[in-house]
Amino acid sequence: MGTDPKHLEITLETQVESVNLAEEMCIRVAEAAGFGEDDCYKIGMSVREGVINAFHYGNQERPEKKIHLAVDLTGDKMIIHVLDEGTGFTLASVPDPLAEENLLSTSGRGIFLMRAFMDEFDVVAGRTGGAEIVMAKKLPLQDNPGTNGQGTSPHQGA
Amino acid sequence: MPLRATHRDAGQATVVDLSGKITLGEGSALLRKTVRGLLDEKRIHIVLNLGDVDYIDSSGIGELVSAYTTAKGRGGELKLLHLTKKVHDLLQLTKLYTVFDVYTEESAALNSFQ
Repeated sequence: MGTDPKHLEITLETQVESVNLAEEMCIRVAEAAGFGEDDCYKIGMSVREGVINAFHYGNQERPEKKIHLAVDLTGDKMIIHVLDEGTGFTLASVPDPLAEENLLSTSGRGIFLMRAFMDEFDVVAGRTGGAEIVMAKKLPLQDNPGTNGQGTSPHQGA
Repeated sequence: MPLRATHRDAGQATVVDLSGKITLGEGSALLRKTVRGLLDEKRIHIVLNLGDVDYIDSSGIGELVSAYTTAKGRGGELKLLHLTKKVHDLLQLTKLYTVFDVYTEESAALNSFQ
């Protein structure tokens, strides 16, 4: 474990441009933290999907609401929080996009992609009353066998 | 890179050459507009050439599904051509690879309409 945790926080407008901004910011943090190209892609995609979720489902695309993004670099992982100002949701309520009846749905794959691309993923009740997505990826060069799976270990949000 | 879309006639089919990103916002909207425009012109046999599409998110995936089902609903067909590795892997992950007709050769994609 390192001894120099880093924290970055930004409040984003509920607009499409925030999706790209959040993704680019987190990719830069991931690159600086030593993640390789493939992991940076997965982290960037997960952040994108988290912010899309906040933009569309959480904040209902209402411009007066904000999206709160926080990134923590601890000694062994990069933790990302995406908090919206909606009414919250539970993972149990999210349909399985791989189910036969949902395969041709035009939406509903964002949560699935985040779970697939990150080592840890959870949704908790945020301080705003909205949903807080908390996801993490283990830093490279750590002795963490089997971290490429679809881990869903709960992680308590900030 | 923003999405660019051009299309060309290829016998009874139309090939749409796409390059850039198919993501939430303009990328997805351009794909929708392009496919709907072709279908409105009764060009219902469509090949989407994704060879230069290097990035796609859940919104883009949804738009591909929408294009596929809309074409079918109009009595046509929509096929995918030249998937990049990222798009290929995403379609496999989401189990859509088995839903779409995917081709690595344009001639094979075009012949599949006959």
